[in-house]
Amino acid sequence: MAETTSGARTFLDSLLAGAEAGSDALKTLRARALERANALSVPTTRHEEWRFTDLTPLSRMAFRQATAGAALDASAIAHWTVPEAATRLVFVDGHFSVALSSIVSVDGVRVERLADAFATGNAVLASHLGQIAGFEHDPFVAANTARLADGVLVHATRNAFAAQPIHCLFVSTQADVVQQARVLVVAEDGASVTILEDHVATHDGAYCVNAVVEIDVGANARVRHVKLQRDGKKAFHLATTAARVARDGTYSNLAVTLGARLSRNNVHVLQGGTGTHFELDGLALIDGRQLADTRTFVDHAQPHGTSRQLHKCVVGGGAHAVFNGRILVREDAQKTDSTQESRNLLLSEKAHVDTKPQLEIFADDVKCAHGAAVGQLEAEEVFYLMSRGLSESVSRSLLTYGFAADIVGRIGIPSIVRQLDAAVVERTGGQEIA
Amino acid sequence: MSESTGKVLLDVRNLSATVAGVQILKGIDFTVRAGEVHAIMGPNGSGKSTFSKVLAGHPSYEVTGGEVEFDGQDLLALPAEVRARAGFFLSFQYPVEVPGVANSQFLRLAYNTVMGGRGREELDPLEFDDYVREKLQLLEMDPAFLERSVNTGFSGGEKKRNEILQMALLEPTLAFLDETDSGLDIDALRIVAHGVNSLRASGNAIVLVTHYQRLLNYIVPDFVHVMDGGRLVKTGGKELALELEARGYDWIGREAA
Ligand SMILES: Nc1ncnc2c1ncn2[C@@H]1O[C@H](COP(=O)(O)OP(=O)(O)OP(=O)(O)O)[C@@H](O)[C@H]1O
Ligand SMILES: [Mg+2]
Repeated sequence: MAETTSGARTFLDSLLAGAEAGSDALKTLRARALERANALSVPTTRHEEWRFTDLTPLSRMAFRQATAGAALDASAIAHWTVPEAATRLVFVDGHFSVALSSIVSVDGVRVERLADAFATGNAVLASHLGQIAGFEHDPFVAANTARLADGVLVHATRNAFAAQPIHCLFVSTQADVVQQARVLVVAEDGASVTILEDHVATHDGAYCVNAVVEIDVGANARVRHVKLQRDGKKAFHLATTAARVARDGTYSNLAVTLGARLSRNNVHVLQGGTGTHFELDGLALIDGRQLADTRTFVDHAQPHGTSRQLHKCVVGGGAHAVFNGRILVREDAQKTDSTQESRNLLLSEKAHVDTKPQLEIFADDVKCAHGAAVGQLEAEEVFYLMSRGLSESVSRSLLTYGFAADIVGRIGIPSIVRQLDAAVVERTGGQEIA
Repeated sequence: MSESTGKVLLDVRNLSATVAGVQILKGIDFTVRAGEVHAIMGPNGSGKSTFSKVLAGHPSYEVTGGEVEFDGQDLLALPAEVRARAGFFLSFQYPVEVPGVANSQFLRLAYNTVMGGRGREELDPLEFDDYVREKLQLLEMDPAFLERSVNTGFSGGEKKRNEILQMALLEPTLAFLDETDSGLDIDALRIVAHGVNSLRASGNAIVLVTHYQRLLNYIVPDFVHVMDGGRLVKTGGKELALELEARGYDWIGREAA
């Protein structure tokens, strides 16, 4: 167990403690990442990219690396299981749980622990791992990579099709620890997979998740990625998802943020060929003292790309939501068709949203639309419901519920939609409307 | 004009109202008895929707004078939702979209709230589904509309049918239909008019706000009123609508002057 003192550097050190042995290639990758992690510092609000998100509370925490905790009973995770997903990989405090996981093989889709893939020397690792989510400038991705020992590998070979989602469940059972999460998805040409990345906790203490997901979408392949961040109320959640999409490929990312005292979700999508399609949907439903920061970067680097983004925040109490949506249309990216909408609902006087669409367009023949709205419920909407006999409070709850449920409804996994629906009803004061 | 004998449902006396500090309604007198159909016509911006919304209890409009009695109660003293429960219904000129809320969920909530308030039995989702399907048939609406979000992405005509579906469910004593016919093709108009007619009874009444005489061929009014500049400036029988269609509104101003 590493010694802990306070301070930003110490926090990074706690992320870096105790790297394990592995193949030479992996050792080299880790060593490079470690070098970067040591050179980089935890960003402060003086960094433009972290202007609204103060990591000082994180630096004040004294976290240690999570050790494998006591075995978790299957009943402890029963309410997070997803009947639609036969394949489930469960990590408890960052450690793979053989007992709770089950892998059902599907033709052409290989799902395994990264630790096993390292041991057998799976060739896709050498060509992908650590190469989609850059760690040169990001201390958290660097630390995750420097400490890389396990995680999930999903490898769908050419034209393979997995109808069921693959559930990656990251459970926290211990307070005062940091836990890493790592996922690599490689969908070869024409393949189709759905990944459900799910972060939960069995306790309400403070802990920190540092997650990195890398996704490679081949030509004409489809990857759907649903991320649920339902960490505990005192958790810190730092995450980067990076996707690279080849010609005619589709990547869709739907991220729901419910948990954590402080969360930062970076999503970086790179167009690697013509005719790609991106969908980015986001919902942050927060209250109390929560801070939820989402930063997306859509990089249209090739012609004929389309992207559709809708990010919604429902902010109550004294919570604070941040959205920074950067869309870069490079000079060669002619015929890009991109939309981005940021819609935010403030439920209280002290709730706060900072939203910043950031369009950078260098091509001349493109269609880009974006908009941002922050406000309360429209008087007209409330009146419409009241004119049908609903009380003002029920009307407001129903509208708030609908605002959030609109995103939840897009998830397309019925049991998850039901679970989240219940959470949304609860958060929007909706016992009365259920 | 037919001889009216039904009891007075709505009695508006010298009603005036402002929105955002601007005087829109300037002294309206208007009486509706059970069993009657009234039509209110008038140029754009004359205050027809404002009148409807003031009666329905829209909080953005401030009543600055006058009285309104509805079914024996002081209507203006009641909040909007109580007016709905008491039997007042407004079919919106521009129905509001509510993304994320299934139409079936909304309709059932409205039904149970209003009917529960009237001492009728509340329906669970399955019972309600059976019940609402009958009403859908009346309006020749596809049951798929139940699963979709309230009015979201509905065409103009579909939104208007959804309004009348709500009317059919809530069984109002007095329904104001604000331009329910606008944007309907002739088939849809017939269907909607048939639906409205089938809801008529000796104990209730309907006020049609419209620009088109066409609707009045299907739902025949007992009285036609003209609103102009926030006042009802002329009242006549159903033949007035034909005259308005032929001559426009200008002559009324001259006549009144
Ligand atoms: N919320 C508002 N703020 C400011 N002015 C308003 C508002 N609502 C209505 N008005 C004004 O009140 C007047 C009457 O509008 P109203 O919608 O009642 O007319 P209408 O007779 O229904 O017209 P139409 O036939 O076009 O539907 C108009 O001049 C309109 O601009
Ligand atoms: Mg109007």
